Amino acid sequence: MRGRPGLFTRYQTEMSLLPTTTQRVALISLLVAALVMPLGGIPLLGFLGDGDWLVILNRALVFAVAALGLNLLTGVAGQVSLGHAFFMAVGAYTAVVLGGEAGTTVWGLGLPIWIWLPAAGIAAALVGMLVSPTAVRVRGLYLAFVTLGLVFIGLHLWRNLGKIAGGPTTGREWPPLELALWRGQDPLVSFDSAGPWFGVELGAEAKTYFFVLGFAALFALISKNLMRTRIGRSWTSIRDRDIAAEVMGVNESHSKLQAFAISSFYAGVAGALYAVVLGRVIPESWDLLLSVEFIAIVLIGGAGTVAGTLLGTFFVVLIPRVVEDFTFWLAGQAETGGAFSWLANLVVATTSDDFGLVSTGAAGPGLSVFQLNIVLFGVLIIVFLIAEPLGLFGMWIRIKHYWKGWPFTY
Amino acid sequence: MTVLPVVAQAVAGGGVEKLINTVASGIALGAIYAILALGFVIIFKATQVVNFAHGAIAALGAYFVVYFATVLNVPGRLIGSAPKLLQWSLSALVAVLVAAVIGMVVERTAIRPMIGEPLFAVAMITLGLDLVVRTITADYLGNQLRALGDPWGAGVVDIGVLRVSQTQVVMIVVTGVAMAGLAWFFRTRVGVAMRATAFDQEAAMAQGINVGKVFATAWAIGAALAAIGGIFASMSPRAAGVTPLTAFVAFRAFPAVVIGGLDSIPGAIVGGMLVGSTEVFVGSYLSGVSWLGVGFSGIVPWLLMMLVLLVRPYGIFGTEEVRRV
Repeated sequence: MRGRPGLFTRYQTEMSLLPTTTQRVALISLLVAALVMPLGGIPLLGFLGDGDWLVILNRALVFAVAALGLNLLTGVAGQVSLGHAFFMAVGAYTAVVLGGEAGTTVWGLGLPIWIWLPAAGIAAALVGMLVSPTAVRVRGLYLAFVTLGLVFIGLHLWRNLGKIAGGPTTGREWPPLELALWRGQDPLVSFDSAGPWFGVELGAEAKTYFFVLGFAALFALISKNLMRTRIGRSWTSIRDRDIAAEVMGVNESHSKLQAFAISSFYAGVAGALYAVVLGRVIPESWDLLLSVEFIAIVLIGGAGTVAGTLLGTFFVVLIPRVVEDFTFWLAGQAETGGAFSWLANLVVATTSDDFGLVSTGAAGPGLSVFQLNIVLFGVLIIVFLIAEPLGLFGMWIRIKHYWKGWPFTY
Repeated sequence: MTVLPVVAQAVAGGGVEKLINTVASGIALGAIYAILALGFVIIFKATQVVNFAHGAIAALGAYFVVYFATVLNVPGRLIGSAPKLLQWSLSALVAVLVAAVIGMVVERTAIRPMIGEPLFAVAMITLGLDLVVRTITADYLGNQLRALGDPWGAGVVDIGVLRVSQTQVVMIVVTGVAMAGLAWFFRTRVGVAMRATAFDQEAAMAQGINVGKVFATAWAIGAALAAIGGIFASMSPRAAGVTPLTAFVAFRAFPAVVIGGLDSIPGAIVGGMLVGSTEVFVGSYLSGVSWLGVGFSGIVPWLLMMLVLLVRPYGIFGTEEVRRV
């Protein structure tokens, strides 16, 4: 119905993925923008096509896959999990044992990507299914502690299983991102070396970008579809009122098993991609901070929504880069005496005896840029939970309602 | 079942002397965990908040001791002639008080606005707080080990075959005093108000109890106990000083809390002792078992917690949640 987007005459239209024309147009233009971006084709945002920005965007897209998984478990099914980093690690190490090169100190079978990538997801899903009986017995915040324990137990394993994880301080090399039929054969498509595709010259980062973009889009579509089927509805009902759900015929333990398995599958695939895109990962990377980062993404973006989770991912992953750039720009202002040097003098410490909240030097008294970003994470979680519990998605809903009712405020 | 013969063999290898000493250091470590767990449980019981920042506050408290005792020498510089023991104890007291004030500030700014929100949301706020406090502490420590400058150092006391370090004696004594103090506190007017609030917040308010004041008190006590635990966790037999990793040592008090039951004060003490003893026993008797890996004793608390939760999902003394439609 033109001009009346809230009016549905058929159940099917109401349940469709994109009920309104505006949403369809927005999604298509977003996809087109995502496709031309690595070519530097977007006006004003052309810098996003640079190699160093593409590295960050690739990281964001991989994180999006993992965050979508956590969103299903925590946002939709309501099971608090701090163990997402553990499941990612399970996936990553499955991938490296199956796909990595064998060495004198490490195991590796050298199998191609079409084996190790699905296997990473399946291995993580199996471990998730092992954990889920605990989730049925242990409720709410006790579950948070169990999954917190998983992270520490996992870290112990990765530190000590040198054959799988490599040295505690050096880690090991993950297989390259390329599609081959079997081990030892020339790759059909390589996603991490520069070269022409269909007559267009592309850098290695751009190729990786297209690969992970495809995965992020696929997993977003899967979780959107899961949420409007029987499985998704059973998760929502368990989150909202578990006893009522059981009375209505939802099998609680079965649903939680599905939630843990599917969420861990997402995490496993994302973990494998994360390690492969980085190339080399040390065992200490799979720590509590990584788990908290995903919790932050889901909470800041808006728990239980796919669009919110994607927004949250880009927000959380891109903010550190923006903060870093801004800090160094301020430091530059302080040195050259620009218009903002007064602010720079207050905030940034460039030498070790300079006062400031942030230091750009290695030994400054203030926080390093990396530490500042961690603090910022914490503050963002707190501020969003207090001020806007529905996250970025909630903000968008509020803006939408404002214009919908304009000039009335109700 | 292949583990049992290994354990039996390992236990037989040390003799009675080793056994007694292991029990003693188990109790001492248990005292650290118990005091950390106690602070956590007091906050949870009174305000229904799961404080993930507890470990961070513990490390911060230990850092304050470094700062007040070795850097500033407050209040030692005012009473320069007093014995070193008194100077250091006063510095530690100041540090604990500052930690208590920080606990109150945290409650007022981050927790108070969240009254009535779901437990999960408030727990996530404390997770954010943990990141903030832990990172800032690590920055002030300069990512290195800083000694507390305590007067006992590595000194030991010999009682027959039993050899314990002086700090362990102090730990057990302070924990005992703190517990006795708390037992007394819960009989005072404020303590009774806190118990009433823990039982039912709205009913307590209706009886004229200032619930906000109770919350602030609970956070102050909780943060102070966390700081005491953090100080002991970074002294001689356990560590040579505070490091950014001290917060993770304090994290192991979480299994102690969960084993005892989130809302049980006796549970916190029992859980702390259980976790501490198990960790020390595994550390001293199973350290030769190579397939368990380096640093296995560090994850023993977590494994123990999962085992207990499988048998008793609300911990040993925890109140079972009543599920209503």
